[in-house]
Amino acid sequence: MRLAIASGKGGTGKTTLAVNLAIKAKEKQSCLLVDLDVEEPNGGIFVQGDLVAEHEARRAIPDWDAAACTLCGKCPSWCLYNALIKLGDTILVMPNLCHSCYACSEMCPASALAMKPDSLGTITHRRFEGLDFVESRLEIGLEQASPLISQSLAYIDEHLEKHDLQILDSPPGTACAMVSAVKQADFVILISEPTPFGLHDLKLAVQTVRELGIPFGAVINRDGIGNDEIYGYLKEEKIPLLAKIPHQRRIAELYSQGAMLYKEIAEIDEALEDILSYIGRLR
Amino acid sequence: MKEIVIISGKGGTGKTSFCAALAQHLQDDLVVADCDVDAADLHLIFEPHNSLATDFYSGVLAHIDPLRCIDCGICAEKCRFDAISNASGQYTVDAVDCEGCGYCYHLCPENAISLKEQMVGQYMSSETRFECTLVHARLGIGADNSGKLVAKVKAIAKDTAKDQGKSYLIVDGSPGIGCPVIASLSGADYVIMVTEASQSGVSDLRRIWELVKMFQIPGALIINKADINPTVTKQLHSFAKKEKILLLPEISYSDDFPKAISMGQSILETNPARWQPVISEIWKAIKERI
Repeated sequence: MRLAIASGKGGTGKTTLAVNLAIKAKEKQSCLLVDLDVEEPNGGIFVQGDLVAEHEARRAIPDWDAAACTLCGKCPSWCLYNALIKLGDTILVMPNLCHSCYACSEMCPASALAMKPDSLGTITHRRFEGLDFVESRLEIGLEQASPLISQSLAYIDEHLEKHDLQILDSPPGTACAMVSAVKQADFVILISEPTPFGLHDLKLAVQTVRELGIPFGAVINRDGIGNDEIYGYLKEEKIPLLAKIPHQRRIAELYSQGAMLYKEIAEIDEALEDILSYIGRLR
Repeated sequence: MKEIVIISGKGGTGKTSFCAALAQHLQDDLVVADCDVDAADLHLIFEPHNSLATDFYSGVLAHIDPLRCIDCGICAEKCRFDAISNASGQYTVDAVDCEGCGYCYHLCPENAISLKEQMVGQYMSSETRFECTLVHARLGIGADNSGKLVAKVKAIAKDTAKDQGKSYLIVDGSPGIGCPVIASLSGADYVIMVTEASQSGVSDLRRIWELVKMFQIPGALIINKADINPTVTKQLHSFAKKEKILLLPEISYSDDFPKAISMGQSILETNPARWQPVISEIWKAIKERI
């Protein structure tokens, strides 16, 4: 079972839910937690554990061979990302614009653009009290999160044996990075908060997972702030409400310390029970 | 005209709430750009009207003409994004996986593949109830052109600010450190980072600051919810000092933030007695620097 935790809006509690759910779930089943918020991964603040493996994720970008190039000028016209520029008698490669499609490299008549590996970030595998935890971290300054997310998912499929439950902590938003993280999930939990911002961004996230055709449910965090509009929306759209997490200053304080919330707050423990039993019934 | 970008690294730290308050504080001497294009929320407070909307085209999507396709499979074999398959008995392109590189278009021996320009979103220039123009956008689901749309929103906002003779362009950025954030930062004069006093807030601030440093833009820091973890707040103080980041007056944990959002207001409207002095002090400190 691959479960993705996503949200349109940032800061609604994705990581909190993913981490607490994973630690609780591992008591009864084998569980893998994957932090795919590669731009700002925070799962590691809550889950440390022993290092099992560290893998440098790389992508391929073209490397211009001045001696072989005939300066025919075709490659810049092929590259739809404008990652290749012909400047006088030089071909400039812009790594941040390259999507590693290999078109220039494989079509170059002079074989002057061999692909070479370029660093993308790191994939770290740790084990924490029986929980497998994989965290991916994008190198700062790189623009594209999606290739690292796809590689992280491929890494899990290749190197980790099947767990009963895989929990993916996704990046915020509804753009390509979020889609890369959730598209292969069996079920998506969308977590939001009962404010107009939370509702607006939840609607975008709902549209996204509907378009992807993945079954999903909602968790409402900070219940008690804002208004009830979000509950009306869920009802109207027949979206299952898996759990509500109350708004308490104490939760924000515990979170700020990197503490495991469900062990301290009974309502969160109950919410996790509800979510796990819902997920259990899906199998 | 000075361009000030508000970012946070971590989501949900109060970027947008602060941005709305600052916009209201500056009254009419600014243009605001909402560059959090895949989860844009400023319009919920600004109530845009008389919008001028333009469709945003960026990138292409491959399409295979079934009448011309001879099932050779070269396109599927060469596609690095596994976007082409013949699972249905016919070679087709998966719109979600296609990156729009156009390689298949060049490879097809039968010229059966065409590339279609994609409408990936829309950008709008609107009047608002805050006397300033808001330039905002809507990105299509799963689109991978958010950086380009951000650049467009910023360019329009910049031109508008110049045309209207405004002193400031305030940019509300998106969370993270990837393409939309990089596009928001490019060309900015000043960066305000809004973080919160939590372990995650610190970790994300460190990463976003590394990025800001690459652009050599001076920055200031607002610590939101500063009182929920005094130890972390202290850590943030010493980080700011070490990195020569201007420390702005901090904001304590307050339900005024969600309350204001729920009423479609800025915190200056919901509780002016409490927030007017804070925002005005923050702005005074920023203004001295730019």
